[in-house]
Amino acid sequence: MNKIPNRQVICDVLLEKAKEDKDIVVLCSDSRGSASMAGFAFAYPDQFVEVGIAEQNLVSISAGLARCGKKAFAASPACFLSTRSMEQVKVDVAYSGTNVKLIGISGGVSYGALGMTHHSAQDIATMASIPGMRVYIPSDRHQTKYLTEALLDDNKPAYLRVGRNPVEDVYEEGGNNFVMDRAAEVKSGNDIAIIACGEMVKPAADAAEILKKDGIYARVLDMYCVKPIDTDAVIKAAKETKGVITVEEHTFIGGLGAMVSQIIARECPKKVINMSLPDAPVVTGSSKEIFDHYGLNAGNIAKTAAELIKNVG
Amino acid sequence: MENLTAKSFELRKEVLDMIYRGKCGHIGGDFSVIDILVTLYYKQMNISPKLVNDPDRDRFILSKGHSVEALYAVLADRGFFPKEDLLTYSKYQSKYIGHPNNKVNGIEMNTGSLGHGLSVAVGMALAGKMDKASYRVYAVMGDGELAEGSVWEGVMAGGHYRLDHLCAVVDRNRLQISGSTQEVMSQDSLDERWASFGWNVLHAAGNDIESLDMAFDRAKTVKGKPTVIIADTIKGCGVSFMENSVSWHHKVLSEEEYQKAAVELKERRRASYE
Repeated sequence: MNKIPNRQVICDVLLEKAKEDKDIVVLCSDSRGSASMAGFAFAYPDQFVEVGIAEQNLVSISAGLARCGKKAFAASPACFLSTRSMEQVKVDVAYSGTNVKLIGISGGVSYGALGMTHHSAQDIATMASIPGMRVYIPSDRHQTKYLTEALLDDNKPAYLRVGRNPVEDVYEEGGNNFVMDRAAEVKSGNDIAIIACGEMVKPAADAAEILKKDGIYARVLDMYCVKPIDTDAVIKAAKETKGVITVEEHTFIGGLGAMVSQIIARECPKKVINMSLPDAPVVTGSSKEIFDHYGLNAGNIAKTAAELIKNVG
Repeated sequence: MENLTAKSFELRKEVLDMIYRGKCGHIGGDFSVIDILVTLYYKQMNISPKLVNDPDRDRFILSKGHSVEALYAVLADRGFFPKEDLLTYSKYQSKYIGHPNNKVNGIEMNTGSLGHGLSVAVGMALAGKMDKASYRVYAVMGDGELAEGSVWEGVMAGGHYRLDHLCAVVDRNRLQISGSTQEVMSQDSLDERWASFGWNVLHAAGNDIESLDMAFDRAKTVKGKPTVIIADTIKGCGVSFMENSVSWHHKVLSEEEYQKAAVELKERRRASYE
């Protein structure tokens, strides 16, 4: 079992690149520990800015740095970054077109029992609704690494969400099938398509293995690029299979499922089921308990897929 | 030396024309802030059309973005874009909209929602410090804007990082859309509020170029802390029936009012040569 959380991977990439690139600046809002950025702050104090518990300031200061040529990485809990500082993201980052990468840490229900204040089950909806913002939710440490490297190479705004705890690998070490802004096909199949992002990709892949035992071949797409979504992959999946299931650690409002459903309704109508968190404060528990409570696990994804196939005939 | 007081009345006429033609705009705040902009763009800042991409240029943010017409008038006069461009102000598909945006040459950052500019300026000043650059950063704010909580996050960070190449200006015209700043949300002991966050506080007569120029000069000599200049201004300055009147926050002029205002501005301009 992998022990390295995705947030640590981001810091490791930035530490490596900062050896050569003095324009990389990391900003935290009393969040260097939870963001795994303490190592960066220690190694490059002159390229680190602490703003205190002030997420609006975090984003505006990042924008000012970026306007003066810095590559700003603002790391703060996803719950605060994606809502409290939403207007700073809209005006100072997206509208002004500044090269700020927003790193939403402990995303989704990572903070488990801390409750709704600390959950970010709306961050896709808020961030993706802003013109010019991109939204990325990588599934494992390998993809996080490639994604962070790709984001260092462009100068456009983006929001990247990672969870708090280490997650199981989806990809093999060095098995690089990462293409920027293209969904990764984790499992091949033409009976049904399961489109997932972030921590839901692994259970989706496991569901495909369960289905295989019943002779059902599911195509699993890792849509880490929630915006710009890989429209071609969605259309292809809908056309080549009997139906589509989306799975996400987010509500069904304005998230991955909503975006996939819009594309399919417009381009190639097919049955779509959105598996998600509810539009309500979630039950108390660990991430896993919360996922299980709402059926966001391999067993229930497989069951939902099998029922969908049965219903569409 | 060029008579900058005359210049500010000449530019007020440009603003008047823009707003009369475009049928929208925040004329009261434009007329209170314009002497601050003239002092910065004609005397204080190292910025010109040739320097728009120069890493050492001074940085300017109009945090009270609704006074963009005054900024347009100044930028056009300084040659950042042709004056004729302003004929399109607020018209269909024009880039000259009612708040600053960086599609317009010479504008660094998009503003309009209040309470963002100072924090962005803090970021610019931090970048300058990291690069050991010589530029200064200026953010011009409204006094009504100071009710935004995010302003004080920026004030806090500016003081904490001792950004002595950062200068904020408060256009203290004492009026906002609903009434006086004192009635809407009082800001007693304004000097002490800024000073307690580690800022150097200066005052200037905000519609007097010479007074402003002296304050900006003094700010440059202060080390170890950022400076705020509280510029006491008159909302609607230059047109008698607009001065200190809440109703001229963003009122559009009738033809009669336009003619009357134009005559007054011409007279004020002429008087500035005496």
